[in-house]
Amino acid sequence: MATPNTTLWEVFIRSRNGLAHKHCGSLHASDATMALQAARDIYTRRGEGLSIWVVPSSAITASDPSEKGMMFEPAESKIYRHPTFYEVPEEVGHM
Amino acid sequence: MYTQALNTSDGEDRGVEDAAQAARFQARIDAEERIEPNDWMPAAYRKTLLRQISQHAHSEVVGMLPEGNWITRAPTLRRKVALLAKIQDECGHGLYLYSAAETLGSSREEMVDALLAGKAKYSSIFNYPTLTWADIGTIGWLVDGAAIMNQIPLCRCSYGPYARAMIRVCKEESFHQRQGYEIMLTLCRGSAEQKAMAQDALDRWWWPVLMMFGPPDQVSQHSDTSTKWKIKRFSNDELRQKFVDATVPQAQFLGLTVPDPGMKQDAEGHWRYSEIDWDEFKQVLAGNGPCNRDRMAARRKAHDDGAWVREAAAAYAEKRQARQHAQAAE
Amino acid sequence: MATPSIKISETPLVLHVLRRADDALILGHRLSEWCGHAPMLEEDMALTNMALDLIGQARELYSYAARIEGKDNDEDKLAYLRDERQYRNLLLVEQPNGDFARTIVRQFFYSVFADLYWRAMMRSGDATLAAIAAKSEKESAYHVRHSSEWIVRLGDGTEESHARAQAAIEYLWAFTGEMFEVGDDERGLIDAGIAVDAGKLRAQWLKIVSGIAAEATLTLPSNDWMQKGGRAGRHSEHLGHLLSELQMLQRSFPGATW
Repeated sequence: MATPNTTLWEVFIRSRNGLAHKHCGSLHASDATMALQAARDIYTRRGEGLSIWVVPSSAITASDPSEKGMMFEPAESKIYRHPTFYEVPEEVGHM
Repeated sequence: MYTQALNTSDGEDRGVEDAAQAARFQARIDAEERIEPNDWMPAAYRKTLLRQISQHAHSEVVGMLPEGNWITRAPTLRRKVALLAKIQDECGHGLYLYSAAETLGSSREEMVDALLAGKAKYSSIFNYPTLTWADIGTIGWLVDGAAIMNQIPLCRCSYGPYARAMIRVCKEESFHQRQGYEIMLTLCRGSAEQKAMAQDALDRWWWPVLMMFGPPDQVSQHSDTSTKWKIKRFSNDELRQKFVDATVPQAQFLGLTVPDPGMKQDAEGHWRYSEIDWDEFKQVLAGNGPCNRDRMAARRKAHDDGAWVREAAAAYAEKRQARQHAQAAE
Repeated sequence: MATPSIKISETPLVLHVLRRADDALILGHRLSEWCGHAPMLEEDMALTNMALDLIGQARELYSYAARIEGKDNDEDKLAYLRDERQYRNLLLVEQPNGDFARTIVRQFFYSVFADLYWRAMMRSGDATLAAIAAKSEKESAYHVRHSSEWIVRLGDGTEESHARAQAAIEYLWAFTGEMFEVGDDERGLIDAGIAVDAGKLRAQWLKIVSGIAAEATLTLPSNDWMQKGGRAGRHSEHLGHLLSELQMLQRSFPGATW
């Protein structure tokens, strides 16, 4: 008999106060409470974390890589959104 | 963390997939771009990776057993916690790797079922027994040492999730080889009996460790495709030679003799080892090593004994969800 | 040739510390037996983490016991060179792992006690013990949480898991009384504010354990006959086998360094 699947969770960890939670891996657990404990036991053994989020993998909606052109390339030409687009004379100093 | 170059890649698909897509894929690989789970990839690339990563994961988990054999007998409390933490790391590494493999479309359960059904391979090295405490030192020093040679290049593997898992693994693993070497050093500086124990362990493990790098290049199947896809960056023989060159001076420092009377240092400084007994390697892979049956029996027992626990957790989760729905409906 | 057991000057404080150290080491050792064999990889990690916490506590306690004893002993001599009758741990912690339910129930019973105990010991007049207590309490608090979550899932999971959890409770119940025992030698330490009166923790322990058991739809036995002897070095037959493994190398290679 095939072993039934256990829910897959994605784990996000804040390593230091002031930093954002960052994806660090996944794990299997039957429910959210156990997922959180497993995340603690697996991903913070070397003091890597101060806060943990666990999210069922199935709850994540991802962009489609084949739509990369439409999704992300239009932003590339808008260089006027970056500070280096503008010229300020050196004498003015840092701005 | 243990990988073994016994994986073979599948040949390229012929005519099934769009040639233009395949060309674009190869161009991305050539440009050192990482491939991510949802990206288009040739079916053979997916299959090759899935097999390699799952074999790697199985090796981590089966690899807990030979060292686990000495947890309860570790000679000091310091050694006991170090060994326990190391084996726990292997468990974590298996878990990271299963997760990386899952991004390719197979569930951990399917992979584990394949292992337990005898359909999936794991590193041949774990089919050898740990007979004395010196074996624990030798595994850390040599088996982890060999694994690191294999794994560091994998941190730059073209498949993103595998490369990221390997970065985490290599970072955690940095203490494993050191703890093994420290055990060996302590034994070699100890009594004559302890030193003999260390030499005996080296005698038994040396050749099986050299086999970990996989068959010699001239017979290694399909490694061209793996190289082209940047899954593999060095050949089996290149890595094996690198390992031997690094290890011989370490053995000399310990005052131990590498059990290869024919070994010679060439003009370029490489230590040239004698012919490896590839028949033994084939036999061990075929299931006839000293511990194959015990290892699989132990994994099956853990899986079977744990079935009711996993069922209970799943049943409870369902009940709780049903209760929450009922509450919300009120 | 074999290494003989050491002699210990068992002052009340040394004895008190050794009891706690032995509890932690033996339970940690039992948990470590699961490594590589747990029901799922995630739980393998969790059980090993608890084992490492407990062996870590044992090391600190042994080192302190050796220091107050003031002889040539150290953590390893205390762990590896005392025989069965010199070990002072609870009978509960030496009981074999059995199935996962028995391991979890044993952990739950012990951790709830240990957490109450360490929390009270944080106010010990002995600064070293208070510091060890502060560190250990954080660990035991997590052990309580983890084992409680499992108790609830096993009790309220499937019919089989419920039956196994209930059987484990019945099997281990008679070993719980010993946790609250106070030896005559401990009275002085309690009066001096160095040790805690474990007997006073019983009501709270029962309240917590009953609460979780009820949530898990499990029943606590009504019998109050309790097994005793561990604190005085009279153990079950299981401890000797555990020690023969634990001490094997130290006993067979006299004076060796590892």
